Amino acid sequence: MSTTEKDIASAVDAGGQHDHHEIPWIRKYVFATDHKMIAKQFMFVSLFFLVVGGALAGMMRFQLGFPGQPMPGAGILPDAMMAPTPNGAIMLPEFYNSLVTMHGTIMIFFAIMPLLVGLFGNLLIPLQIGAEDMAFPRLNMASFWLAVPAGMLMLASFAVEGGAAGAGWTSYAPLSTSGEWTGVYLGQQLWLVSLTILGFSSLIGAVNYITTVINLRAPGMTWFRIPLATWSLFVTAVLILLAIPILAGALLMLLFDQTIGTGFFRPDVGGEPLLWQHLFWFFGHPEVYILILPAMGITSEVLSNRARKPIFGYHSMVLALISIGFLGWIVWGHHMFQSGMNPLLGTSFMISTMAIAVPSAIKTFNWLGTLWKADIHFDVPMLHALSFVSMFIIGGLSGIFMASTPVDIYIHDTYFIVAHLHYVLFGGSLFAIFAGITYWFPKMFGRMMNEPLGKVHFVLTFIFYNLVFFPMHNLGLQGMMRRIYDFTQYDFLQPLQPMNQFITLFAFALITTQVLFVINFFWSIFKGETAGNNPWNSNTLEWTVPSPPPHGNFAQMPTVFRGPYEYSSPESDDDFLPQTTPPREGPGPSSGVPAPTPTPEGAEV
Amino acid sequence: MTTITADRAPMAGMKVYHLKLGMWVFLLSEVMFFTGLIGAYVILRFAHPEAFGVPGEVLNVPLTAFNTFVLICSSVTMVKAFAAIEQNDQQGLQKWLLATIVLGASFVGVQAWEYTLLFSEGFVPMAESYHAIARGAAEGSEVIGGPLYGATFYTMTGFHGAHVSIGVFCLCFTLWRARKGAYTAGNLGGVEIMGLYWHFVDLVWILLFTFVYLI
Repeated sequence: MSTTEKDIASAVDAGGQHDHHEIPWIRKYVFATDHKMIAKQFMFVSLFFLVVGGALAGMMRFQLGFPGQPMPGAGILPDAMMAPTPNGAIMLPEFYNSLVTMHGTIMIFFAIMPLLVGLFGNLLIPLQIGAEDMAFPRLNMASFWLAVPAGMLMLASFAVEGGAAGAGWTSYAPLSTSGEWTGVYLGQQLWLVSLTILGFSSLIGAVNYITTVINLRAPGMTWFRIPLATWSLFVTAVLILLAIPILAGALLMLLFDQTIGTGFFRPDVGGEPLLWQHLFWFFGHPEVYILILPAMGITSEVLSNRARKPIFGYHSMVLALISIGFLGWIVWGHHMFQSGMNPLLGTSFMISTMAIAVPSAIKTFNWLGTLWKADIHFDVPMLHALSFVSMFIIGGLSGIFMASTPVDIYIHDTYFIVAHLHYVLFGGSLFAIFAGITYWFPKMFGRMMNEPLGKVHFVLTFIFYNLVFFPMHNLGLQGMMRRIYDFTQYDFLQPLQPMNQFITLFAFALITTQVLFVINFFWSIFKGETAGNNPWNSNTLEWTVPSPPPHGNFAQMPTVFRGPYEYSSPESDDDFLPQTTPPREGPGPSSGVPAPTPTPEGAEV
Repeated sequence: MTTITADRAPMAGMKVYHLKLGMWVFLLSEVMFFTGLIGAYVILRFAHPEAFGVPGEVLNVPLTAFNTFVLICSSVTMVKAFAAIEQNDQQGLQKWLLATIVLGASFVGVQAWEYTLLFSEGFVPMAESYHAIARGAAEGSEVIGGPLYGATFYTMTGFHGAHVSIGVFCLCFTLWRARKGAYTAGNLGGVEIMGLYWHFVDLVWILLFTFVYLI
């Protein structure tokens, strides 16, 4: 292995002439060290988990739309999940608990997070900063190959006795400390072990990203010339680096409570259940930003490019990313207003939480400022990016309801929370992921995705998505609690049955619509229109290399002269100005970000 | 993990080579891991002061003080190993690495012995069978502290012990590479990051010794 390393190193020394000696198939596609291949591996695995998570959600929605009715086709599931009756199989409450838990866990840890961080982190960081690969390619491979067994353990937990974990994705103690309460023994332990392994995978990924961004930038790529996608991934990597170890510690303590019988979180032997909530949310709130910051970065990239305008307020965008990353550490208590925590503490958490609205609003207004009077190209990535912005605003506004303690007393643990988190996680992160995949698809596979099919997929997803999740605000305000197996057991919730059926039907439509994306994705890999190096006329470094980029990315080390968003610059005859374009000869600015354009005011100076 | 990665030349204009930067970044996350454990301990101890014993009542402070001394000495020998390879002294590097391994392994050995002694006195992590008595007290004496004492003690010192054990394993790997002549005065990154990790583990122990045994 080290000889390969030396080969690459000597090839670089020899002026970037990469030897294209044959890499064995298994090293190229399975145990790959090339960051682009690892990005694709993360993409395929996490899209698979996205499908699994969607299927779990579909089963949950069936139970909520038609409580206690036999589920078509569910007879194939074992009796431990579905109780067989003469009319068909009816879902068991224990299985519903597992569905709730595993839908959340799989979507957060095995779909959205690896898509944003594993896929885009690996794909974009080296390409956008002008590096040949990550700082530690083999560590990068280890990161992926730790995530795979973690995912397999998580899926396997459905098959063990007692079923998969059933204490919610937050696994609150004391519910999660013993199978006595949930009926799940081994499944809960597998959940803990799987997340610990996945945490280690994310951790070494983060070490790699941070080292790469600090150490491997091409000449001229100053901190304030780094594209916002890479900036957001860098801040995210710092959050992962510092948050995941806290989760690992808490998971291991909970595992000890379950296996060897320690009493950290068990009140019956003097432990503190609230300690679990503090540890979990001290990790969990930065985790929320791990799930949204890269989406913000991707959106900034797509918006600026498709609006053919410089991003409005590049520096404030970076500073807003950093301040969201920082504030994310001091707000965890807003998940615990109703936990019995000291109310005075609640007030301070309320204030710090509302402070996050400031950098978030800076970002939102900057996106709107970017769009102002712009030449907007409504292609598929842009449509998804625009819907990210609008859905993020709705999700952000409903977040302020919860941040305010008096309101939270009323809506805590209701469907209002479910609506809010799906507005930021699906409406926010997932739309940005669709934007990112369609935008960088040509760079990954050398072909464009089908535009008309992509538009149909976008429009249907956007409509069905809102029809599914917006009414949930209403359900929550009317008192329907989250994670409930059969809400019709309460008289006051029975009038909500029609609305739940409405949501369920459109949830099925939403899931079915995703087939269009899958078809488009695989069809385009093989049959899509061939893309050139730079189909979007973009400025950033990844578009200066062939699609897909060769091993080692850059034939020679690129030199960076300007910021990433100089679209429609009067300095250029085209409407874009790649970062590698040297400054114009003669009088005028030579460097500085963004490179000042020759204006009358500039001439006076 | 990072020690296994081959050294790569720093890029032009960069002040720190990748391995060293990567190790520092990794150690930041290690800081957070131990912060989580120590933070949980502090919260539990403030909430339930009666569940913890006074210093020296159950735990053997002199024995652990000796062990702390052993670990600090191992940091000194690690520094000597690094100083040796800076002078390109291969013999010195191997000698001092071996000394560090012996001292580190001794620390783990003494800790394992301490655990067996404590187990025999009823100081166990399992909540249901916890019945720790004061050191030297007769069988059946008053139980000191509660289950949280045992659980936090073994979790914090145990994870630290695991870190030392991993460190000893990595030191053996470094020694094996040193014997093959992998390090020179111009290529000592592997020894340096090994040292960084080792000093970090040492530093954590000084904090743990203070929090767990002395306060």
